[in-house]
Amino acid sequence: MLQINCPWCGKRDETEYCCGGESHITRPANPAEVSDAEWADYQFNRINPKGVHLERWCHTHGCRQWFNVARDTVTHEILAVYKMGEPAPQLDKGAQLSEDAKQHEPEPASNALSPSGEMPQLMREGQL
Amino acid sequence: MSQSSNRLPDGGRIDRTKPLAFTFNGKAYSGFQGDTLASALLANGVKVVGRSFKYHRPRAIVSAGMEEFNALVQLEPSAGAYKESSAGNGKEFGAFDEPNARATGVELYPGLNAKSQNCWPSVNVDAWGVVNKLSKFLPAGFYYKTFIWPNWHTWEDFVRRAAGLGTVPTKVDPSDYHKHNAHCDLLVVGGGPAGLAAALAAGNAGKRVILVDDQEEMGGSLLWEKQTINVAPATEWVAQTVDRQQQLENVQLLSRSHVFAYYDHNVLAALERVTDHLGPQDESHRFRSKNHKPRQRLWKIRAEKVVLATGAIERPLTFVNNDRPGIMLASAVRHYVNRYAVTPGKHAVVVTNNDSAYRTALDLADAGVEVVAVVDARANPQGALPEQVRARGIVIHAGKVVANVKGTKAVRAVQIAALSDDGKQLLAGRTTLNCDLVAMSGGWNPTVHLCSQSGGKLRYDDNTACFVPRLSVQNEQSVGACKGTFSLAAALREGFAAGDDAFEALSLLVEEQREEALYPLWQIPGQPASKQWLDFQYDVTVADVEMAARENFISVEHFKRYTGNGMSVDQGKTSNVSALAVLGEVTGRKIPEVGTTKFRPPYHPVSIGAIVGQSNGEYYHSRLEMPGHAWHVDNGAIFEDAGGWQRPSYYLRDGETPKQAITREVHAARNAAGLFEGSPLGKIEVRGKDAVEFLNRVYLNNMKTLKEGCVRYGLMLNENGVLIDDGVLAHLGENHYQVGTTSAGARRILLWMEEWLQCEWLDLDVRLTPVTTQWAVCTLTGPKAREVLRQLSCDIDLSAEAFPHMTVREGTLAGVPARIFRVSFTGELSYEINVPANYGLALWQALMDVGAEQGITAYGLEALEVLRTEKGYLHLGTDTDGTTCPADVGWGGPVAKKQTDFIGKRSLSRAHNVKSGRLEFVGLAAEGDEPMPMGAHLINAAQPDLPIETQGYVTSSYASPTLNKPVALGLLKNGQFRSGETVYAYDQGKVYTAKVVGPVFYDQQGERLNA
Repeated sequence: MLQINCPWCGKRDETEYCCGGESHITRPANPAEVSDAEWADYQFNRINPKGVHLERWCHTHGCRQWFNVARDTVTHEILAVYKMGEPAPQLDKGAQLSEDAKQHEPEPASNALSPSGEMPQLMREGQL
Repeated sequence: MSQSSNRLPDGGRIDRTKPLAFTFNGKAYSGFQGDTLASALLANGVKVVGRSFKYHRPRAIVSAGMEEFNALVQLEPSAGAYKESSAGNGKEFGAFDEPNARATGVELYPGLNAKSQNCWPSVNVDAWGVVNKLSKFLPAGFYYKTFIWPNWHTWEDFVRRAAGLGTVPTKVDPSDYHKHNAHCDLLVVGGGPAGLAAALAAGNAGKRVILVDDQEEMGGSLLWEKQTINVAPATEWVAQTVDRQQQLENVQLLSRSHVFAYYDHNVLAALERVTDHLGPQDESHRFRSKNHKPRQRLWKIRAEKVVLATGAIERPLTFVNNDRPGIMLASAVRHYVNRYAVTPGKHAVVVTNNDSAYRTALDLADAGVEVVAVVDARANPQGALPEQVRARGIVIHAGKVVANVKGTKAVRAVQIAALSDDGKQLLAGRTTLNCDLVAMSGGWNPTVHLCSQSGGKLRYDDNTACFVPRLSVQNEQSVGACKGTFSLAAALREGFAAGDDAFEALSLLVEEQREEALYPLWQIPGQPASKQWLDFQYDVTVADVEMAARENFISVEHFKRYTGNGMSVDQGKTSNVSALAVLGEVTGRKIPEVGTTKFRPPYHPVSIGAIVGQSNGEYYHSRLEMPGHAWHVDNGAIFEDAGGWQRPSYYLRDGETPKQAITREVHAARNAAGLFEGSPLGKIEVRGKDAVEFLNRVYLNNMKTLKEGCVRYGLMLNENGVLIDDGVLAHLGENHYQVGTTSAGARRILLWMEEWLQCEWLDLDVRLTPVTTQWAVCTLTGPKAREVLRQLSCDIDLSAEAFPHMTVREGTLAGVPARIFRVSFTGELSYEINVPANYGLALWQALMDVGAEQGITAYGLEALEVLRTEKGYLHLGTDTDGTTCPADVGWGGPVAKKQTDFIGKRSLSRAHNVKSGRLEFVGLAAEGDEPMPMGAHLINAAQPDLPIETQGYVTSSYASPTLNKPVALGLLKNGQFRSGETVYAYDQGKVYTAKVVGPVFYDQQGERLNA
């Protein structure tokens, strides 16, 4: 269970929150003028990275405030929490990852040791 | 009562002053306090305790721990427990029994009763044993191949009876289960030497420590391994350490508890068996006893750091008939001899591929058991332990393995043979060793389950032939045997270091015995593969692995599911590594190339009761009661759960049927006055200078033209253009509005609006306040509504001119501040009277009192549905679905007229939204007297030839008491252009005929509404 540091209330269990998916999606200023494809892109198309993901969460069972989270989708490590409207933090690739996360070196080529049979972890690149 | 035949005269950690009588398979036995069911059975010379899952082979106790795969028993099969209800007025008899209880984990208590599973008529004479004779026809996956004609269900009942484990209790479990959340700086899992050391070190440093161990006392292997610390038995160090820990307020010791899951961000779950060990007769299970305690407690622990000291589990050796009763893990034999003073046999053979099993030979010899020989697969064992065994005059057969085992229900002898130099075959020549006990060791598997669950990575260590942790992902650290550190001194060093005290370990003097490398021996070559067991519990043999490989199930996850290896209740604690090693041998791969299957929670089974905890029965989920609840209860209300609210469906009077009650309520509302409690209606106050701008973007209606004191019905869309809620918006004052939502939408719409404000329109000055439960709502409706209301003192002019339909007034009613809306969901003159929630009941009572003369009648949700359907009012979510757009319900006009953008507008011009053939809202006038069933599909044929294309479906349908005919609403393909057409509704073979009409059946001019 994730522990998320609400900017207003502090560290709370994941069960108090709802995840609202990818953040930094801007609604077209003039929806009437965009094409169906552009509108669909705004509405539906989302990234699904293996690595850092910028997403918005709401402290639904707390202060009911939305905020942004930078989360590693592999380790679930939360790398940053920042308020709505603030720009994404400049997470230098690797530099601000914890020691544990950095240790996620690629698996051997045979992928033999992975107990879960998961693919080698080459991806440390988020949408930063 | 038989006396213990295998009990040593002294020693062990049992309390000989407390003999305990117990029953197994109907026979009386005696053990001691401190025994497990397994040790007590062994002490009484009981061999066969169960039958195997598939072949019904006789099976006996193999281990002394949680990994036990044979000795699964039905515990307390006939016992129950009374639950006295909290009101004290009733008793409920429920099940206490537990299937698949490990005899090795069940502490003996007075009167314990257990029986074997999966056998009939008894464990010793099992009719199903005939299955073993057919075993060559029943390989892995046999039922996928065999029981396919005519279909599986023909065979299912037979197979289910033939194969299986315990019996699921059929009665309700009356026991009490609690949940507990805890936080700590350091969670130590496992109270063996390494775990004790880590907890002590961190405790001394002032850290908040929780130490969890599954046994009733701390110590782990030191409770049964003859080892010394500081020239004294290691148990003395354990006692001192526990004593020091107990003196520290910041250290919590949790015994009889096992951590079964490791989740993200260092949350671990543990199950504490609080009173299981006391048995069903104990007072702690009596609810009204002062000593009442829960049966089990589920712990959710979030730890800053986790130290895993979960130890290791010994591997069985794989050889022909290695499942015969009397063959045990070598460590388990030491466990029984040293901890329980029980000798499981009189003449023992130790079979091994490593040094650790030699301890068993020494301990058995010390206990006076004849050690016939040690059979070691290694050609030349010369470690310290083998030397000690040699010095005791015990024969060591080096370079030899077991070729076969004699005896069916008990071992009589083993035949041993020499392994060729390359290990690929057995040489000619057999030696028979008579014995009644075989202690086997195939090496050790570190218990890496939790490490793996945490996301940690493993590697295969060739020296010890096992998987060990390689990389931590969360803040956890493995110490001791679960890390592959099998030396006591090194384990203690690691433990203390993990608790940030590297120095205490230096003060301990631990006798070390150098152990030589083991010889990995995964099967006996050239011997019948179908008699060499890997997964004893699921009856998987080497032959099954070979077959899986032949059929190309060589991915370890496929292999697992095809053979079932590791899928039984022990989840392969002893079998997984051996099986994948054999799979590697068969497919010419090294073990790391085969890999392991995913380790998943739970490590050990958890009772459903513990997971449910107190969220059961009436506490299953929270209930909301309306302000007028007490009145409804007193006046015959039949309640239904509507979005968590307890709401009256109708009010039943003496002698009435529900239909009669609903009809009476409808008539009262139409002809006199009805009173309905609408308190759950969603209410959101909107303030701020951009309030109207925000509302104009949220509703599809133009809300900028809404005058103060007026209300307007509005619709909300999601960004996909689909209707998500409706209700009235009230303009209360300057920059002050109240959004009315459906009762179900109260919370959802608030959150949705907040998301738009906080995430998209940060520039808007708007504040939202949910006030749903601040107000009680009494909806007064009917032609005499005004007459009733006028009888209460009110400073609001109630005349139709001063207070017309679709307006709101604030004032005082019966001395209470009130906000009254003239809106209607019945089609009659209506007042939605809002008063502060605490006055709700009083206002309700007052209205009922003053309205008695006018015939005021309380009505429930059922009557409301009839009333609004007669009037053709849309019930959003009932008459709409997840595709319904404004134009589909006749709201295309307002959308086209509104110039500014609103949520969902852009989607309404997509091709899919503007094409013909959409499901549109219509009225349906059914022929005859019978209402069409709701959900019936609309079709175009009176005598349908199925399958037939659906034209939509009936959404609301009632017999109208007002119009004396059925009224219905529905969603119909192109419905708005089909007025006057005849359509048919199909439901379970029956066809109804209906005419497409406008949705309003009653008062189409709206005269009553505006009265």
